[in-house]
Amino acid sequence: MTVDAILFFIVAAGAVASAVLMITGQNPVKSVLFLIVNFFCLAVLYLILHAQFIAIIQILVYAGAIMVLFLFVIMLLNLGTEEKHVDALNMKRSVAVILSCIVLFLILIAIGLPAAGTGGLPASALVNGTVETIGRDLFRQYLLPFEITSLLLLGAMVGVIVLAKKHFE
Amino acid sequence: MELLIPVIKISVVLGVLLGVVAYTVLVERRVAAAIQNRVGPNRVGWNGLLQPLADVIKLVMKEDIVPKQANRFIHDLAPMISMAIALITFAVIPFGDSITLFGQAIKLQIASVNIGILYILAMTSLGVYGITLSGWSSNSKYSLLGGLRSSAQMLSYELAMGLSVIGVVMIAGSLELDKIVQTQHGWMWNILLQPVGFVTFVVASFAETNRHPFDLPEAEPELVGGYHTEYSGLKFGLFFLAEYTNMVTSSAVITTLFLGGWQIPYIGLAGLPAFWVSILQVLAFCVKVYLLVLFFIIIRWTIPRFRYDQLMNLGWKVMLPLSVLNLLVTGLVILYL
Repeated sequence: MTVDAILFFIVAAGAVASAVLMITGQNPVKSVLFLIVNFFCLAVLYLILHAQFIAIIQILVYAGAIMVLFLFVIMLLNLGTEEKHVDALNMKRSVAVILSCIVLFLILIAIGLPAAGTGGLPASALVNGTVETIGRDLFRQYLLPFEITSLLLLGAMVGVIVLAKKHFE
Repeated sequence: MELLIPVIKISVVLGVLLGVVAYTVLVERRVAAAIQNRVGPNRVGWNGLLQPLADVIKLVMKEDIVPKQANRFIHDLAPMISMAIALITFAVIPFGDSITLFGQAIKLQIASVNIGILYILAMTSLGVYGITLSGWSSNSKYSLLGGLRSSAQMLSYELAMGLSVIGVVMIAGSLELDKIVQTQHGWMWNILLQPVGFVTFVVASFAETNRHPFDLPEAEPELVGGYHTEYSGLKFGLFFLAEYTNMVTSSAVITTLFLGGWQIPYIGLAGLPAFWVSILQVLAFCVKVYLLVLFFIIIRWTIPRFRYDQLMNLGWKVMLPLSVLNLLVTGLVILYL
């Protein structure tokens, strides 16, 4: 086994463990912490795939900004440990079980299919993760979707401000 | 051998950094004393030079008190996060050009990565966890208020910080810190090309390091001690060290981005041997960083603390528009001149 493979199995195990702990935890702050650990594991997985830019953006945006906001809101509301109200969740729980079974089934099918790209990464992937190549692709080949995404985000921001203002007046 | 050089580099950088940080605490106390017309600590060793050692012994000997209702694990974890993140930012900072030792060219930077600046921004944005978690886990109202303030403050100033760096990136055409330093040869320092970006970045750095006049998270008159109210002994010491490490690290980042890093203008004309040029450049980097640290210290003892609403107004209504404007002008100049 190469160093990459050993690292992959360690980090992947960490990602799965932290994801499970995040869902099963009773304390919301601990769940947020496990989610941050999970993001870090994902960032390392991206690094193994030579996608440095996506790895650092994962940490910068998700772990550095969004999760800080989550933590801020949880601390502000001072949420205690979650109380168990199993009866109210019966309906949701059965839907969740069905959905999970479907996802598991799809994953099993995907594992059974012949692998599309065997033999590791193509040589071009080694340079594809750098900032330069991503920037070039984003502003040439994918310019239109990129601009449309920015318009969508702008619309969402205006909507948030309108909603927040209505609350105050 | 491949592994030996990075290990040596890491240990030297960490050792020097921690030594400098320990003495910066003493420098701060002496400068404060001079500004306030006092003497300051001058009893331990010659002129108080052994004071850091005495402080460390005091902190180690003290009892570690954890509040009964506190979350023990996170209470222990928070100062470690603060300190670790303050230290690992130094990994991408070039403190000199390459130097030839025993016939081998050694790059004077621990890691030259493709995403250098983004790495620094990511690490500064993670620094908030140490403070926020310490505030939450102490289970005390003053700590919680300090933690909340710090997360709101960091989120507000991160944007201005990131945007003011982009001007530098546009001039250098790279995110790699060693390339950014190399483009600042002669007097082409970014402080002259990007004066507005420099000012916004320095102000945002003050806010991100929680230094005066932005030290709302630990404002003594309102919050007792802020986020570290419930800390004592070595854990309090770690927070204290992390603050000074952050100060040194952000001075190093400002030097790299705006003050030419290790560059000495026109050193090539002096005709010195390459080895001595490298040594002089490392010294120049250290001098620049330490002058900035002194600037941080002097600001603390001259300017009163902001009120919370003033802090938010400055962040969102002044710093953010200024850095966007700076970005626009930089882009237009690069495109049309």
